[in-house]
Amino acid sequence: MRYVVCVKQVPETTDVKINPETHTLMREGVAAIINPFDMYAIEEALRLKARTGGTVTVISMGPPQADSALREAIAMGADEGILLSDRAFAGSDTWATSYTLAMAIRKMGDAKVILCGKQASDGDTAQVGPGIAAHLDLPQITYVRKVEDIKENSIVAERMLEDGTEVIESPLPCLLTVVKEINEPRLPSLKGKMASKKAVIATWKASDLNCDPKCIGLEGSPTKVVKVFTPPPRSGGEILKGEPEEIIPSLVAKLKDAVLSAAN
Amino acid sequence: MSEPIKIIVEKCVRCGLCVKACPFGAIEQKERKELPVIDLQKCTLCGACKEACKFDAVWMQEKAAPTQDLSAFRDVWVFIEQHDGVIQSIAYELLGEGRKLADSMKMQLCAVFLGSQITGKAQELIARGADKVYLVDRAELAHYQDESYAAVLIELVNRHKPNIFLCGASTIGRSLVSRVAVKVKAGLTADCTGLAIDPANGNLLQTRPAFGGNIMATIVTPNSRPQMATVRHKVMKEAEIDPTRNGKVIEEAIAETLLQSRARRIRFEVEREATMNIAEANIIVSGGRGLQTPENFAMLRELAEVLGAGVGASRAAVDSNWIPYSHQVGQTGKTVCPKIYIAVGISGQIQHLAGMQSSDIIIAINKDPDAPIFKVATYGIVGDLFAIVPKLTSEFRKVLGK
Repeated sequence: MRYVVCVKQVPETTDVKINPETHTLMREGVAAIINPFDMYAIEEALRLKARTGGTVTVISMGPPQADSALREAIAMGADEGILLSDRAFAGSDTWATSYTLAMAIRKMGDAKVILCGKQASDGDTAQVGPGIAAHLDLPQITYVRKVEDIKENSIVAERMLEDGTEVIESPLPCLLTVVKEINEPRLPSLKGKMASKKAVIATWKASDLNCDPKCIGLEGSPTKVVKVFTPPPRSGGEILKGEPEEIIPSLVAKLKDAVLSAAN
Repeated sequence: MSEPIKIIVEKCVRCGLCVKACPFGAIEQKERKELPVIDLQKCTLCGACKEACKFDAVWMQEKAAPTQDLSAFRDVWVFIEQHDGVIQSIAYELLGEGRKLADSMKMQLCAVFLGSQITGKAQELIARGADKVYLVDRAELAHYQDESYAAVLIELVNRHKPNIFLCGASTIGRSLVSRVAVKVKAGLTADCTGLAIDPANGNLLQTRPAFGGNIMATIVTPNSRPQMATVRHKVMKEAEIDPTRNGKVIEEAIAETLLQSRARRIRFEVEREATMNIAEANIIVSGGRGLQTPENFAMLRELAEVLGAGVGASRAAVDSNWIPYSHQVGQTGKTVCPKIYIAVGISGQIQHLAGMQSSDIIIAINKDPDAPIFKVATYGIVGDLFAIVPKLTSEFRKVLGK
């Protein structure tokens, strides 16, 4: 049983600061990490492998330095890493990204379960996972919080919806996107760290993927960013000073209308 | 392959504006007088530098001209999300926003309504502003399924060619239209908080937060149609009801094969705790580590009950198992945008702020005056929450007559 986990390297967003003069993101010195949601996907793949046997392949599309994300996954216990890196992939939106990842998964040929984090912490789109499933014409179960059962040719998983939990059965191959609640990612073992140092990460370029050049990178991306800006800071904040007996009635008086209109 | 972006040496005055504009730190200028260098490994071709340059010195590879006849794509479509036949409020918000977009482009507003035994509700969508309702009322669509719902939408898009297609950025919406966009080769922008039409070319200007709300980006789909977007809940205003409006309900024939799904629902369990879904709540009372014990959430539930509010929580409270994950607000939980957000004993880590900072009014109660939550608060109270919250509850009870 081959498990494939798609990961993205993102800036460690806790450290992202806005330059007060230029109002741009200061990314210098910001560490690059595996997208936190993808950590749950890696962990779940490792747990499923422990149940069914098989291998875990981790893939990432990104610049050469995304190699370190794949090594981190190997340190956790993944069997191999494949990096999709080519200048031709630059400027990809979610359409082209999901196409490129899908073509890599197709090249592997025998992926049974494909796992993704529910979204990436930098773009927050949640579009690439279902996009890969669509390109490969596979069933999908998104926002998975528990895998109840897995067999040679089927999977049963709990999916988190706004108003409850839906239990879904799907034949394999199938694509899952997972939420934080599904597990607690392990730390790399010493043995894993040794393995990750020695691991040979394969790099696949556009020419390795048998892909349509019109579907990758800038040309394969229907959307275009035309403007990037900092949201105006929230203004007019006020710290209420004084004893609770005084400030609370005045606060409640200020909020009364808003509460009443919210109730309608 | 030539470089997809470069700085034109003859035009560049070395002002450094592009360096400052780059959100990805991909442009470096060692000395003031030197030519900036773009690091193509970091560059995402977002165009922020081209936009910032006053001297037209940034050249970027242009996308190929449209290969489609864009004028064949008419109308603004809105996907109507329903659960067990109950139309979700996000659908009314989309109809409200869709109406404005349709009017400004002189197009029709069409509701796309899929489900089972829903025909009786179609008129309601006309009262909310739809000129047409594309209706697919089939037993197979009784509850949402990714594959069948996507297959029907793909068929309808190919059949009728919408110009704009909006959907709620809910769990279902995001799972659904990502599949549709891939199959109809449409640009799709996630989680928009602002929509407008560029009068010059009819492009939909889709504005959305990224990096957990630290930056905003405006995105267009210049060369293809439909232009697809998911829209964040509680940002757009709901369409008013006007029962005198006229519109057409069109029943769409759909082939059996499209209604099949490989992944299928075995059962559905309604959320255990009988509390309001926080994504829907107009008021949220949220608790964090400052509450100290799970029992103290009772205090917040009481306040929430008086206000008719939902109960939220910070990651710290959820990780301590004080309250289920479905209540978590923030980047790893839910993004919410209520009218009023009351943060109790929450310090305001950036991931939490990312999930709630677009709320209309934010009230923060925390004993640490330096807590980051106060930076986004409309009203802040520095003090002991165990003294403040009960007073707040009794005062609201008095004023609201409850």
